[in-house]
Amino acid sequence: MSYALRRLTSLLVTLVVASVVVFVVVEVVPGDPASYMLGLNASPDTVQALRTELGLDQTGVARWFDWVSGMLVGDFGVSYTYRTDVASMVVDRIAVSVPLALLALMLAVLIAFPAGLVAASRRGGVADTGVMGFTQIGIAIPNFWFAMLLVLVFSVHLRWFPSGGFPGWEAGLWPALKALTLPAIALALPQAAILARVLRSSLLDTLGEDYIRTARAKGLSSRAALWKHALRNAMIPVLTIVGLQFSFLLAGAIIIENVFYLPGLGRLVFQAITSRDLVVVESVVMLLVFAVVLVTYLVDLAYAWVDPRLRR
Amino acid sequence: MSRLGPALGTLLVTVVLVTALISLVWTPFDVEQLNIGNKLQSPDATHWLGTDHFGRDILSMLMVGARLSLAVAMVAVGIGVGLGVPLGLLAAASPGSLVDEFVMRLNDLVFAFPALVIAILITAIHGPGAINAIIAIGIFNVPVFARLTRGAALSLWTREFVMAARVAGKGAARISVEHILPNLANLLIVQATIQFSLGILAEAGLSYVGLGAQPPLPSWGRMLAESQTLISISPHVAVFPGLAIVVTVLGLNLLGDSLRDRLDPRLSHER
Repeated sequence: MSYALRRLTSLLVTLVVASVVVFVVVEVVPGDPASYMLGLNASPDTVQALRTELGLDQTGVARWFDWVSGMLVGDFGVSYTYRTDVASMVVDRIAVSVPLALLALMLAVLIAFPAGLVAASRRGGVADTGVMGFTQIGIAIPNFWFAMLLVLVFSVHLRWFPSGGFPGWEAGLWPALKALTLPAIALALPQAAILARVLRSSLLDTLGEDYIRTARAKGLSSRAALWKHALRNAMIPVLTIVGLQFSFLLAGAIIIENVFYLPGLGRLVFQAITSRDLVVVESVVMLLVFAVVLVTYLVDLAYAWVDPRLRR
Repeated sequence: MSRLGPALGTLLVTVVLVTALISLVWTPFDVEQLNIGNKLQSPDATHWLGTDHFGRDILSMLMVGARLSLAVAMVAVGIGVGLGVPLGLLAAASPGSLVDEFVMRLNDLVFAFPALVIAILITAIHGPGAINAIIAIGIFNVPVFARLTRGAALSLWTREFVMAARVAGKGAARISVEHILPNLANLLIVQATIQFSLGILAEAGLSYVGLGAQPPLPSWGRMLAESQTLISISPHVAVFPGLAIVVTVLGLNLLGDSLRDRLDPRLSHER
């Protein structure tokens, strides 16, 4: 328990410092955010109006405090370009980004497990060489390029899936899932390749342990030893990698959303950059950081739960 | 695979490096020369890889793009090594101290920002560009090297030859540089290769979403972004830049794997 608390404290410290960094980079360093957001042609009156709206007349510390305490109660400020509150925009976008990431993670696991198991159990064989070759290529392919190739084959030529856009969940589960399928496959490929490699090498490590030799000596077939003993123990590093890959998944999702014109957090943040909407940029960035820190924390806890030696 | 890997990796990396170097003195065509009448030509004897929507020679653009990709990734690794290794050495020299705690918390902080998010922050304020891409990827590399250095250095500090050096009266800084660092070199070289290939992918991703190098500088990621709407008419425009990225990253990864096997004999029989 004290381990969980200690990690929670460091999570909170990280978040507070991260919020200071984001705030300083966005609002303090570039000079006056109001004139930046409005561009060169804005009249002094408009700039002053926005300054008042953003609370720029207050000190930096007071504004940071307002921003953070607002976020804690779900108030992310008002977008300058959309004139709506950022929180409700973010909620709409999360309804696209999170299902996309989860779908990709699920696909990655579904591909990686059989591949890693086959490779480890037939080490050095044709299947192993094949799987390892494919994973090398899977890691080397940029996911947005893979996405473009998927569109070329499955949207342009076969016309099985839409090439982009999102009908919204209210259009029904099937059309929405159909729109997310190609993006999820593109996101899943590099993840699956990495996971398959980790699972394979982790299985090979455990298969070399004494207790596996003992199990084999007691007459267990190599297949039974693999399934009953090795797989469970080999899961620890695999779970860690799943967690550590989360920030790559997130970054990948931001890019993939732009390939498929999906209205997720990634597209929101790029539209905000183009329209110089700093309120949206800093809130979405903070949200992404929060997601990464939270997942890292949960993985740490899960890891310590599985392996008590780490609770020190 | 085990024997093919190192050879293939060396070959691919050499091809990319040589191509990038040649582009410094010669490219088949001028990459800034627009020739609309000659646009979207399929590969033929004149334009080996065809032309893009402005009639520019794709091979020439890829050659110059290689230079940019390699330079961005290399400098970003340099930033990671240059800041991360000293921080890691410093933390390991006094484990549990305030300095150690500070370095580790700094790592946690930077780890919370994926490279793309750092790039988003920087570009939101200072606008997109190759330099900002380098800074973003470089910052992301710092904790990777700091953590690796600290972890490996901690175990080296308990070894006899380090104790001997302490007994001989050497200070922590001198021991770190003279005894710890040389023993970390192998590990750092392998990690540098991995971060180098990740840097190539990150640079391509950043230019693809418009946060990297700006026109007219040709970059692989932006070539892909520009080809996206043309992919159904002229697939070659989208295929070759992607292949260039895959070849480079694959080569670096294979090279990294074989370096790891050679430099760390404990691993060679495992994988």
